[in-house]
Amino acid sequence: MLTTLARKLGGMITVMFLVATMVFFLTRLAPGDPAALMLGDQATQADIEQLRKTYGLDQPLLVQYGLWLKEVIAGNLGQSIFLQRPVLTAIGERAEPTFFLALFSILIASLIGIPAGIISAVWRGGRSDQAVSAGAMLAASIPSFWLGLLFIQFFSVTLGWFPVAGYGDPGAPLAQRLYHLILPATVLGIVNSALITRFTRASMLDVLSEDFVRTARAKGLSESRIVLRHALGNALVPIITVVGLTAALLVGGAIITETVFGLPGIGNLVVSAVLRRDYPVIQGALIVIAGIYVMINFAIDVIYTLVDPRVKT
Amino acid sequence: MSGIHPAHVLAIRGLDVRFRTEAGEVTPVRGVDLDVFAGRVTALVGESGSGKSVTSLAVIGLLPRPSGGVAAGSVAYTGKSGVTVDLARTPASAMRAYRGSEIAMIFQEPMTSLNPVLSVGEQIAEQVRLHMRLDAAAAWRRAEDMLGLVEIPDARRRAHDYPHQMSGGMRQRVMIALAMSCNPRLLIADEPTTALDVTIQAQILALIDQLRKTHGMGVLFITHNLGVVAEVADTVSVMYAGEMVERTDVRTLFRAPRHPYSQALIDCLPARAARAADGRRLIRAIPGSVATAFAAPGCRFAPRCAFRDDACEAALPDLREIGEGHVSRCRRWEALA
Ligand SMILES: Nc1ncnc2c1ncn2[C@@H]1O[C@H](COP(=O)(O)OP(=O)(O)O)[C@@H](O)[C@H]1O
Ligand SMILES: [Mg+2]
Repeated sequence: MLTTLARKLGGMITVMFLVATMVFFLTRLAPGDPAALMLGDQATQADIEQLRKTYGLDQPLLVQYGLWLKEVIAGNLGQSIFLQRPVLTAIGERAEPTFFLALFSILIASLIGIPAGIISAVWRGGRSDQAVSAGAMLAASIPSFWLGLLFIQFFSVTLGWFPVAGYGDPGAPLAQRLYHLILPATVLGIVNSALITRFTRASMLDVLSEDFVRTARAKGLSESRIVLRHALGNALVPIITVVGLTAALLVGGAIITETVFGLPGIGNLVVSAVLRRDYPVIQGALIVIAGIYVMINFAIDVIYTLVDPRVKT
Repeated sequence: MSGIHPAHVLAIRGLDVRFRTEAGEVTPVRGVDLDVFAGRVTALVGESGSGKSVTSLAVIGLLPRPSGGVAAGSVAYTGKSGVTVDLARTPASAMRAYRGSEIAMIFQEPMTSLNPVLSVGEQIAEQVRLHMRLDAAAAWRRAEDMLGLVEIPDARRRAHDYPHQMSGGMRQRVMIALAMSCNPRLLIADEPTTALDVTIQAQILALIDQLRKTHGMGVLFITHNLGVVAEVADTVSVMYAGEMVERTDVRTLFRAPRHPYSQALIDCLPARAARAADGRRLIRAIPGSVATAFAAPGCRFAPRCAFRDDACEAALPDLREIGEGHVSRCRRWEALA
C-alpha cells in the first residue's frame, strides 16, 4: 500500500517535471520580444537591452531554463513582467472566480448528467432515452460562447435577473461575487453535462445487464433500490473518472467563458499574459493548472478505493 | 412415493413462454407441466438450450422485459399462508413480495451473482430487513447465522468480506445462505453446481439436501447433469427443445426410461460408459444438437432418434400416462422396454 502510494507520488513528480520543461521551451518558441513589447514604441535599443538583462532574457536558453527550474522547485514562479508582482500572487488574486466557477460548473454538470444518464439507461430505447440522447447531443455541439451570449441577452439584458458581466466590485461580499457566477456556471454545466450523461448511461447499461442485478431482483428489492444502490454503486468508478477529468479541464479550460462573462479568473490572466508575452505568468499559470490536474487525478484514485472494495491502494 | 401425498408447492400447467426477437417471435417453452411438492426435490433435466432457465424465470417473474413473457398457461403457487395464486397472472408489483421471501433462487454463476461492492453479510441482511421486517442489528445477526448454517468457517468475520475475497464454492454457499435467509417455501436452484469443481459440487448438493430436510421446502433443481439428478431428486422431469418428454420418479427413470431422449442422456453418463481396451472410459454424446427452429410437425427429437419411424415425423405426439406417475411423449415407448 505504501509502495503504491510512493509510486503514484513519483509519477506525479515526473509528470510535473515534464510539464515544466515543455511549458518553458514552448513559450520561448513563440515569436516576439517581451521587453520591446513592454516598453512600447518609444523605447530605445539600450532601454530594451537593459530590461532584458533585468529579467535574464539575455542569457542563453539553457541557462535560463536551469535558473528557472531551480526557482520553480523552490516554489518561486518568478516575477510578472507586466503586473509588477510575483506570479504566484497574481495567480492567487485570480484564483477565486476560477475555483468557484469550476466547482459550480461541475456540480451543475453532474446534477444534470448523472440523473439523465441513469434515466436513459433504465428506460433504454424509450422516449426518455431518446429525449436525453438528443439533449446530450445538443449540449455537446453548442459552443459555450454562443450559449453564454444567449444567456446574457435573455437573463441579464431582457429579464435583468443577473449582472451582464464581471465579478462585482473588489470589496463586494462573497455572496454577491458568487451571484455573478450563476450564469457562467450554468453555461459550463450544460455544455459539460453531455459527456457525463453519456458515460453514466453506458456504464449503467453495462451494470444493469450483470448477473448480480438479476440476483437483486430475485431478492424482491424495489426497482429504485436495484437501480440506485446495486447498479449505480457499481457504475460509479467510470462516472467519477469522467466527472474528475471534466473538473480538471474546467480549472484550466474555462478561458472562453471567463472572457465572455468578463470574469477576472485564471483563464483571463493567461489570455492577457499570452497577448503581452508575459512569459513568467504564462509558465506559472500552466504549471499551477497542471499541478491541479495531477492532484485531481490523485484524488480520483483515492475515491476509487472508497467506492470499490476491489481497488487496492 | 409412498404414504400421504405431500402438499403441492408449485403446479405449472400448459406454460408457453414467448420472446419477441429481431428474427420474429420464438416460443422456447411450450405446454410445460411441472410439479414441486413440499419437502421434495423435482429435477428438471435437459441439454442446455432446452428451456430450463426460461421456465424457472417465468415462475419467479424475471423473464427479460419487455421482450419476454408468459403467453399461455398457469403457474399455481401455494404459499406459506396456504393460499394458492397464479403467478403468471400476478402483477409485477405484487410479485416482489414473493421473491426472496416465498420463492428463492440460486443461479449458476456464483462468481458474478453477488454484488461486488457490498459485503456478503449486507447482501443477506438487506433481504432479511425487507421481508422479515427486522431492524438492522437483528438482520445482520441473521445474516451471520445463515452464513454459519451453510458452513462457512468463521462466519461472523467473513460476513464483512466482499465477494472477491471468496472462492467460487464459498460464494455459492453465500448464495444458498441468501436464498434460505427468509425461509422460502420454494427454492429454485438453476444449475447451482455446474460452475464448481467436483468435490465442492458434492458439498453444495449435500448442503441443499440437508436444508430441504430441515426446512421442508420444495426444491426445483435444474441441471443438465443426470449424475446430479440421481443424487438429489425425488421426481424427474426431462425437457427437450422446450417441451416435457418424460416425467417419473428418479428410480424408475434410471431403471426403466421410456423416452429415447432420457435413455440417451442416461447412456451418456460417465458411470455407464463402456471401457476401451486400455481401460479408459468411452464417454458418449448424443449426436446432433437441440433444434431451435422446427421444420417438421412431428416429434422434436425425431431427427436425432435411433428409434424413430415415419409416423414420428408426421405429428407431434402427446404426453401419455404409461404407468403410475410416469408419463412419456414417445409413441413407441413400449418398444423401448
Ligand atoms: N431473452 C431471450 N430472448 C430470446 N430467446 C431466448 C431468451 N432467453 C432464452 N432464449 C431462448 O430460449 C431457449 C432456452 O434457453 P434456456 O432456458 O436458457 O435453456 P437452458 O435449458 O439451457 O436453461 C434457448 O433456445 C434460447 O435461445
Ligand atoms: Mg440454463
